[in-house]
Amino acid sequence: MSAPASAMPVSFEQRGSGRGAVTRPFLWSVRRELCEHRSVYIAPLASAGVILLAFFLALGLLPRHVRAAMALDAAHYRAALAPPFDFAAGLIMGAALLVSIFYSLDALYGERRDRSILFWKSLPVSDLTAVLAKASIPLLVLPVFAFVIAFATETIMLLLSSAVLLGNGLSVAMFWERLQLYQTMFMLLYHLVTVHMLWYAPLYAWLLLISAWARRAPFLWAALPPLAIYIFEKIAFHTSYFANFLGERVGGGGEAVDNMKGNFPIHPGMHLTPGIFLATPGLWLGLLFAAACLVGAARLRRYRQPN
Amino acid sequence: MACIEARGLRKAFGAMVALDGVDLRVEEGRIVGLIGPNGAGKTTLLNGVLGLTEYQGELRVLGREPWTERDQLMKDVSFIPDVAALPRWLRVWQALEFVAGVHPGFDRGKAEAFLAKTTVRRSSRVRELSKGMVTQLHLALVMAIDAKLLVLDEPTLGLDILYRKQFYDSLLNDYFDRRRTIVVATHQVEEIQDVLTDLLFINRERIVLSCTMEDFESRYAEVQVHPDHLAAARALRPIYERQVFARSILLFDRADREQLGALGEVRTPSIADLFVAMMGDPAPAQAGSGGQGSYPRDNHPDNFPRQGVAQ
Repeated sequence: MSAPASAMPVSFEQRGSGRGAVTRPFLWSVRRELCEHRSVYIAPLASAGVILLAFFLALGLLPRHVRAAMALDAAHYRAALAPPFDFAAGLIMGAALLVSIFYSLDALYGERRDRSILFWKSLPVSDLTAVLAKASIPLLVLPVFAFVIAFATETIMLLLSSAVLLGNGLSVAMFWERLQLYQTMFMLLYHLVTVHMLWYAPLYAWLLLISAWARRAPFLWAALPPLAIYIFEKIAFHTSYFANFLGERVGGGGEAVDNMKGNFPIHPGMHLTPGIFLATPGLWLGLLFAAACLVGAARLRRYRQPN
Repeated sequence: MACIEARGLRKAFGAMVALDGVDLRVEEGRIVGLIGPNGAGKTTLLNGVLGLTEYQGELRVLGREPWTERDQLMKDVSFIPDVAALPRWLRVWQALEFVAGVHPGFDRGKAEAFLAKTTVRRSSRVRELSKGMVTQLHLALVMAIDAKLLVLDEPTLGLDILYRKQFYDSLLNDYFDRRRTIVVATHQVEEIQDVLTDLLFINRERIVLSCTMEDFESRYAEVQVHPDHLAAARALRPIYERQVFARSILLFDRADREQLGALGEVRTPSIADLFVAMMGDPAPAQAGSGGQGSYPRDNHPDNFPRQGVAQ
């Protein structure tokens, strides 16, 4: 009985309702990326799941560890009991970092490879908006995800621990106080903003540029030129300035970000040095480089035909 | 204002010329068939119109320059490319949501209503749909966009007859309203003959025929010539001659209908017949080498084919 209905002219009010509707090309482009690259949230969540499972299995041993640590001073107490928490944050950040790298390399290459770029380009979304939406995944979405997931994971771990300690008549207050977990979470947030968002921005932007440019094997194109420069410099001048320069970038800003004295980068005992970090020319040059890469990627997206 | 206006449009990929001085004018409210052999430049021309490729020369689509204003242009232009472009991971409801989120002219209710008449399920991913269903989905998205120009590049490629028929029926009944312009590039010439208002033949990187369907019908005539009249008929300079069941069928351009009537049964040729007449002959004698690809540029056949359309 649908035939007569379909034969009727489509009513005018239907057509009118579409025009002028509020559109949010940037937000929807970000959502599209999350639908396409589900690893963006699955990988950090899976890491969190693995950690929680392992922590849960080891929970039976916790009272013994706490009893042993109670004799120690505050710093050693933390050193004895905090590692599972630090590992949790580290693993989730690491997963986010790996996903960022692989996402960035595929983001603009994949849509040309499967020709879906023809569909995306048939919609009123500019190349710059599309590229910025893609860049926001490693620069904004993943660090925020990583923080939220790490925060939730550590909170669950803390509550589980507290329940076990209570059941064994041990001091929960001391555990909370000495672990300084929420200070650690603040360190994690600082680390994510300074290193993952700002300091690594040029790395992600570079990967996106290669992704927009490469006709095949974007991973090789991203990795081989720096390697070639390193080897060339080594042979021609017997120096390794370029390698040091790259190492400093990948290493995460080092002294400029914080004074961590060999601690894990989210140790509450380290000193944050945001002033020094913001005054580092390398930070601003890097961000400038990142902006140039993204503009270049947007231009390339316009020119490049599907593979 | 013309919907599409091109002057001296040229495009080369390195040494290979894909468009060589195309002049074109498509008025609003037309359904134009862009027809030409493989490699004639159809897709390149459409890509230029859609802002997907750079070009030399002048091109205006709905008053805009496609290459620099693609994102703005796409508010009023929609298109279905000749390859499966819908991302395979996309779910049907995600496609609806996304297009609704970025396109001010998209009417989601209309797309849903169209899909409700098909067997496409909202939860399916594109990769799970058959070729015909993917085309239905794409058509549903495109038809729900209140566009001024719809570009279809081989939209029914690889579909069975039922889907193809349905495709053009939907397009005509539910979409075309005499204000919109539709440009269809296709090899399935016979199935769009009744749909078109205008005809564009493209061959060897150039437009070789541009006419309305009324012109086409009044200008070209096909005569099944009685063997006795064959010599007389050939004297009227047919542009093409073919044999069917030992009868000669001659195709004439701008011949006197009454004269033709005396020679045999006169009828309007199909677009396919005219296509074969104009494109089927690989190269006029003067090309020498005769290879289709190795055409000397300066010998370019403006009088192609033979007695030509430009007479």
